[in-house]
Amino acid sequence: MPSTHVNPTRMELTRLKKKLVTARRGHKLLKDKRDELMRRFLELVKENKELRQKVEEGIANANRNFALAEAVSGSEAVKTALLASKQSVSVEAGSKNVMSVNIPVFDYKTRTPDQSDIFSYGYVSTSPDLDAAVRSLSDVFPDMLRLAETEKSCALMAAEIEKTRRRVNALEHVMIPDYMEKIHYISMKLDENERSTQIRLLKVKDMVIKKNYDAKHAET
Amino acid sequence: MYKIAAIGDRTSVYGFAALGLDTFFVTDADEAKVLLRRLENESYAVIYITEQLAEQVRDELERISALPLPAVIPIPGVYGNTGMGRNAVNESVIKAVGSDIV
Repeated sequence: MPSTHVNPTRMELTRLKKKLVTARRGHKLLKDKRDELMRRFLELVKENKELRQKVEEGIANANRNFALAEAVSGSEAVKTALLASKQSVSVEAGSKNVMSVNIPVFDYKTRTPDQSDIFSYGYVSTSPDLDAAVRSLSDVFPDMLRLAETEKSCALMAAEIEKTRRRVNALEHVMIPDYMEKIHYISMKLDENERSTQIRLLKVKDMVIKKNYDAKHAET
Repeated sequence: MYKIAAIGDRTSVYGFAALGLDTFFVTDADEAKVLLRRLENESYAVIYITEQLAEQVRDELERISALPLPAVIPIPGVYGNTGMGRNAVNESVIKAVGSDIV
C-alpha cells in the first residue's frame, strides 16, 4: 500500500506517470554528476597528497635552516633582519566551476618583480645560513599555494558530493519506488473497477433474460 | 586583491615574513579563534596555521571550511608534524565516499 492516500482516478495516474518520468531523468542526471565529481575529486586528492608531502618536507627543511641561521648569527639578529620585509605577496582569487562547485584558483603576485629579490636585510649582521633558509622557504612557497588551492577544493567538493549522493539515494530508494507503487495501486484499482462494472452488466443482462423467459413461460 | 597570512607560534612562522606573508604570533586557542574571525572578514585568501594550533581550534576550522574563502591550511611547525594536515584530506574523502578508500 502506498504510504499516503491517492485518488484512484485516471487523471491522478497520468500525473504520477509524468512525475515518475521526471524523477527517473533527474536520478540519471544526478548520478552522472556524482560520478564525474567523484572522478575529479579523487584526482585532486591524489595531487593533494603528493603536494602535502612535498610541502611538509620543504617546511621541515626550511625550519632546520632557520634554526641553523639563528644558532650562527643569534636569534635577535635573525628576527630583526626579517622584521621589515620589503617583499609582499598578493593573491588573485578566481574561481572555476567544476560540476556546479565553485573551486578557488589562486594566482599570486609579488610586489618586487624579481623573484629572487627576497632578501630584505643587509648581509653584514647575518650569516649566509639565513639566506639559505629564506631561499628554501621561498622555493616551497608555490607548492604551498597550490596545496591551499587543492585542499580547499577537496573540502568544497566533498561537501557537494555528499549532498549529491544523498539526493541520488533519496530518488533511487524513496521517491521512485513510491511513485511506482502508487501507479501500480491506481492501475489495479482501475482494472478492478472495470471488472466489477462488467460483472454487474452481465448480471443485469442475466436478470433481464430470465425475466423475459419467465414471462413467456407463464403465458403458455 | 587578497592577502596571505601565517599564524602560529613565533619560531614556526616568523620566516614567512620574508616571503611577504602577514605573520601573526599566537599560541593561545582563544586568541587564535578571535584572530581567525578577524582575518576572515579582512581580505585574506589563504591562512596558514601551524598544526599544533589548528588542533586547538578544530571547530572553528570546520566552520570556515564550508565558506568559499579563506582557505585555512594546517602546516607543520617547528615542534614537528602531528599528521593533522594529512588527516584533513582523509576526512574529506570519508565525507565524500563514506569510507577511507585512498
